[in-house]
Amino acid sequence: MINVQNFTKKEKRAIPRQLMTERHPKQRAKYFDEVTLGYSHQEAQFEAARCIQCKDPECVKGCPVGIDIPGFLEMIVEDDLHGAIDRVWESTALPAVCGRVCPQEIQCEELCVVGLKDGKEPVGIGNLEMYIADWARINNIRNKVEIPKSTGKRVAVVGSGPAGVTVAGDLAKKGHAVTVFEAFHKAGGVLLYGIPEFRLAKDIVAHEIEQLKELGVKIEYNSVVGRTVDVDELLEEMDYDAVFIGVGAGLPNFLNIPGEDLNGVFSANEYLTRANLMRAFDFPKYDTPIIPGKNVAVLGAGNVAMDAARTALRLGAKSVKVVYRRTREESPSRHIELHHAEEEGVEFEFLTSPLEFIGSADGKLAGVSCEKMELGEPDEGGRRRPIPVKDSQFFIDCDLAIISIGTSANPLLTNVTDGLELNEWGNIKADLQTGKTTKDGVWAGGDITLGQATVILAMGTGRDAAVSIDEYLKTI
Amino acid sequence: MYKIVKKEFMAHDSIVLNEIESPQIAKKAKPGQFIMLKIDETGERIPLTMANVDKEKGTITIIYMIVGKSTKSFSMLEVGDSYLDCVGPLGEPTKIEKKGTVVCVGGGTGTAVLHPITRGMYEAGNNVITILGARNKDYLILEDEMETVSQELKICTDDGSKGRHGFVTDELREILETTQIDEVVAIGPVPMMKFVSLLTKEFNVPTLVSLNPIMIDGTGMCGGCRVTVGGKTKFACVDGPEFDGHQVDFDSLMRRLGAYKHEEEHSSECMFDEDLR
Repeated sequence: MINVQNFTKKEKRAIPRQLMTERHPKQRAKYFDEVTLGYSHQEAQFEAARCIQCKDPECVKGCPVGIDIPGFLEMIVEDDLHGAIDRVWESTALPAVCGRVCPQEIQCEELCVVGLKDGKEPVGIGNLEMYIADWARINNIRNKVEIPKSTGKRVAVVGSGPAGVTVAGDLAKKGHAVTVFEAFHKAGGVLLYGIPEFRLAKDIVAHEIEQLKELGVKIEYNSVVGRTVDVDELLEEMDYDAVFIGVGAGLPNFLNIPGEDLNGVFSANEYLTRANLMRAFDFPKYDTPIIPGKNVAVLGAGNVAMDAARTALRLGAKSVKVVYRRTREESPSRHIELHHAEEEGVEFEFLTSPLEFIGSADGKLAGVSCEKMELGEPDEGGRRRPIPVKDSQFFIDCDLAIISIGTSANPLLTNVTDGLELNEWGNIKADLQTGKTTKDGVWAGGDITLGQATVILAMGTGRDAAVSIDEYLKTI
Repeated sequence: MYKIVKKEFMAHDSIVLNEIESPQIAKKAKPGQFIMLKIDETGERIPLTMANVDKEKGTITIIYMIVGKSTKSFSMLEVGDSYLDCVGPLGEPTKIEKKGTVVCVGGGTGTAVLHPITRGMYEAGNNVITILGARNKDYLILEDEMETVSQELKICTDDGSKGRHGFVTDELREILETTQIDEVVAIGPVPMMKFVSLLTKEFNVPTLVSLNPIMIDGTGMCGGCRVTVGGKTKFACVDGPEFDGHQVDFDSLMRRLGAYKHEEEHSSECMFDEDLR
């Protein structure tokens, strides 16, 4: 093995960005195995050595949870892997998840000084975070935290997604008794039901949840807060001192075009939940069925749309078309996701808008009629508004259509909770710094406050709320 | 784990009653609400509207017809066995208030769902007329229970083996023609609810139906249970399960209920065959 520690600065700077090995697109599109195979130890050392150890690192400012990036990279170079993972764990409870699903290209890596030079690429921070987290998991290295004496304070966390898990972990480490209430029969929220196996293996999520339990966090499954138990009951009857609401965005948006009730038309949430959480890809061993489309149309071009399109390929689709009314440049998905989808054979119909789902005589989907669009003047958000092109209607044959145009706030909990102020979209109003809501003893974070955001932003709100809740608990 | 404390077969063993321990759900449950039940690790989540709740014992009762693999598996659980997952109470409860004269129409296992609602209507001081329909007299369920919460009980069977020889709609039409009715609650197979709603629309009598479409989460997250009501998309799990029968697109609901017919048959075929699984 080559020892990068002996490299001169010049030699280190000459190292090109280490590409992570990926399974062959045509092969991987048939299975649910993870796309990326991770760095070898040597590759990780080479990549970490590319970091120039800035005194005032920009990358850390781009990280919503403020990981000491140069710190853990240097430890990888020095072969102190135990030190490196401990450094990462100081800031995030879910490094194996973040390394995989964070949009690093618009966070830490966008600000990386190495990548600002002409022709140079930024340090692969996300890849290295994934590397160190996987190393720890494979070698059964545990996040050993000295848990302080119990404070006797009790916190209820609603939802076990990225925000909830972060709050729960942070508060448990402060000695508070934390119980997470999860509506589903398994913990992880969107990491479990939303993000597919090939992008984030479910045993990784399970491992992170196990670590949380080792911190003393209790999880109550099958508990729908707002139905099984109310926020006021948690505070008054069940003696919780504080409640954190991290229930996610929830309600899938539909297009409201004719034919949306045809068999074969799904929301991305339903399609992905069937495939991921309920493991419909393993039907009939698992009882939950899914319509295995031959020709699939995915409406929308965000990250969730890419997940749905690639899942459809793996479930045996012959053709998968992503239909989006703007162009590739406006697509809200990460470049890497779009690239992976394209490599695997997903086709794109840009500047195309669906008009109507057409069914066959037996009520099954036969196709979607569309029209071409062109980009006009920018709208209030600054994006150029798509306008229909006259007489441009055409038909896409499909027996499965997956609507992936975002979600809205689920009113299930907020409807029955007095004193929680909402914004005009139904999201809970929470202080930007602390996550504090308008209701005493109640904090909120993640997509129910942000609208639709990312795993790491949700974790960031969880981290902030944990600090605020901890301060509050000291005062009561 | 949610333990079964009572099990009964009804209607030639085609319908099963389970009383299940779940103190949390029992504490909160109201008439008209449902639960999601999952038998084991590989099971699917099945929505079932509760037939009874015993708050003191901390139990809930469901009554289901054996139709596919999941309900067949449910029926093989004995007293002392447990369901792995049970979530609830979900959906909006029935709005029970004094309206005057109310007709409660039940068919098949819909009668089980109708029972707590009928009791509520009766206890709220309504004059309750109940109509129960079945293929033949052996398939009638909860006759005695319904009788105790109704001023009048009418029975209809397709073959005339008990009560009126005919459909519930025949009986209902007669009542609507002769009596001032303030509300009809109809719960049963989709065609029954459809034809009851068509009939009451003629007489302009408000009609409540309870829908049971295919669901995954039961909390509004997947939209699989969407139904068209008054031309708008509604989610049965959070907006329902009860809707104005005059506004529901029953044909669309019926189509959607058949979405996995092929898969359901395949699943049942594989049930006892390890090789096929």
